[in-house]
Amino acid sequence: MSDGLAIEASGLVKEFGDTRAVDGVDLAVRPGTVYGILGPNGAGKTTTIKMLATLLRPDGGSARVLGHDVVAEADAVRSGVSLTGQLASVDEDLTGQENLILIGRLLGYSRSAARSRAADLLDAFGLADAAGRQVKNYSGGMRRRLDIAASIVVTPRLIFLDEPTTGLDPRSRSQVWDIVRALVGDGTTVLLCTQYLDEADQLAEGIAVIDSGRVIAEGTPAQLKASVGSGALRVRLLDPDRREDAARVLAERLGVEVVREADPAALSAPAADGARAAAAVAALADAGAEVADFALGQPSLDEVFMALTGHPAESGAPDGLADREEAA
Amino acid sequence: MTAAETAAARRDEPELGEGVHAVLATGERPPRPSALTMALTFGWRGLLKIKHVPEQLLDVTVTPVMFVLMFTYLFGGAIAGSTGAYLQFILPGILVMSVLFTTVYSGVTLNTDVTKGVVDRFRSLPIWSPAPLVGALLGDAARYLVAGLVIVVLGLILGYRPDAGPAGVVAAIALVVVFAFALSWAFTTLGLVMRAPNAVMNTGFMLLFPLTFLSNAFVEPSTLPAALEWFVGVNPISHVITAARGLMEGGATGGEIGLVLAEAAALTAIFAPLTTHLYRRA
Ligand SMILES: Nc1ncnc2c1ncn2[C@@H]1O[C@H](COP(=O)(O)OP(=O)(O)OP(=O)(O)O)[C@@H](O)[C@H]1O
Ligand SMILES: [Mg+2]
Repeated sequence: MSDGLAIEASGLVKEFGDTRAVDGVDLAVRPGTVYGILGPNGAGKTTTIKMLATLLRPDGGSARVLGHDVVAEADAVRSGVSLTGQLASVDEDLTGQENLILIGRLLGYSRSAARSRAADLLDAFGLADAAGRQVKNYSGGMRRRLDIAASIVVTPRLIFLDEPTTGLDPRSRSQVWDIVRALVGDGTTVLLCTQYLDEADQLAEGIAVIDSGRVIAEGTPAQLKASVGSGALRVRLLDPDRREDAARVLAERLGVEVVREADPAALSAPAADGARAAAAVAALADAGAEVADFALGQPSLDEVFMALTGHPAESGAPDGLADREEAA
Repeated sequence: MTAAETAAARRDEPELGEGVHAVLATGERPPRPSALTMALTFGWRGLLKIKHVPEQLLDVTVTPVMFVLMFTYLFGGAIAGSTGAYLQFILPGILVMSVLFTTVYSGVTLNTDVTKGVVDRFRSLPIWSPAPLVGALLGDAARYLVAGLVIVVLGLILGYRPDAGPAGVVAAIALVVVFAFALSWAFTTLGLVMRAPNAVMNTGFMLLFPLTFLSNAFVEPSTLPAALEWFVGVNPISHVITAARGLMEGGATGGEIGLVLAEAAALTAIFAPLTTHLYRRA
């Protein structure tokens, strides 16, 4: 690799008819890291990944993946990467085991080696019991895990994951996150597309936020958050009637403007200093405004997105608060 | 998801990280297999699909079986004077029809692969790029064989007697399967340009139905109006039926067989590259 980057894209463009799905995307991903591409529906995430994985030919710009040009050296790129597409790319009619044997055979394993590799993978991904069942009878989480397993039949140097946790319940999401951490712990580079702002925050070292085919912000999760400002305190009261009293107490204690949220029992306020925020919450109870729950944290990436684009992400995480400390 | 929920979720689930770590460490890249191995592997996939979804065979055999029964007993007397004589005439035609109908499913299957996203995985693998197509069609040949055998066996039960004996029947089925393999490239092309599997199915049958009926499968072309007779004469499906009939009854000429093989080669030469091209950019 010329300058040691796992992915190096400059000015990537893809047009479908009149739509400029990707409009000049630059990316630089260091090997052995998780890099997140974050954007709402239709932002151009899948199209970008497909160009990098050699499935679509760029209409403009160029990209090198693992040091190879994605157009001129497509086969060399394919030898080092794996793709887990947005639609779980496994054969629903076959069993989990057959799916993995199929990929193993195609990658050059002998019949028996493919079989034993499949068994190991099914074990590692907690699918041993479902090995002989048709994939159409798998749950969404199982299907995703099988899909990722199919991507690492031969350990790739780089793996593309396109929205790997969309539609999964919290437990399955955390399983997929475990897998991603294990992969990157082993030196694999991960390019992760997601609409879930907390997912990128949890996993990625670098994030590119894209909207309408353009990168609108780039940096570490912390940098992106810092670009939006300080953190926030959010409080829900037991009794909505006490909201005005509570707002007064918070404004007094924190010395800032308090926001009345759409939820009639909820308030929020900028709060950079955790100790001071905690004291303010304690003061609420003293003032007789009982607190149902509160959260204190850095701004979520939802807020980052809002600040960057002026419109909210179309679909944020189900409850994108993983970076906040919850208390009852 | 709250931190507490995450913690709870972790507790009743096996830690996946460790196992994944171990299975990664053992992975090393085997040598790249030959194009033939890859195609045969995809053929194996096609056979597995038949094993898991045997209904797909039912779909393609029920219609021709109905045709055999319906035409023989409903129209046989009127068209040929006796049901026995008519069965003798139409069976090779229905054999061809039943096998050719099956080819539409090659397009439907491929379209399903594209819409479900499996194709994205295949295309991202370092493999000979037409392997999934060639392999799938090889697997489909097994279906053609089943469709053909069902008709022949049914015919024999109902009293059909091939004058050229078992060898003639085998030769006829082989020729029809070769032509079907070629024709299925046309439907894989269709499968890659249409949006949904159902659309492929409908369009496929809309094309194939008139073509099979406007052939010499059910009537002697000489009984038709001139324009129709001309069309039946140039219809490649008539050529396949003529050759198959000749092989089963005895008396097929080299010219008749050669024409079918040439048409099969032409179909393949046009549609195989077209399918491969479209597949690369699906
Ligand atoms: N094959 C195609 N033909 C025409 N337009 C397309 C095609 N693929 C994508 N587009 C368009 O390109 C734009 C970007 O699509 P893309 O799938 O890359 O978005 P995305 O960020 O992956 O969205 P999502 O979160 O919904 O998956 C969209 O406007 C989409 O309609
Ligand atoms: Mg997408």
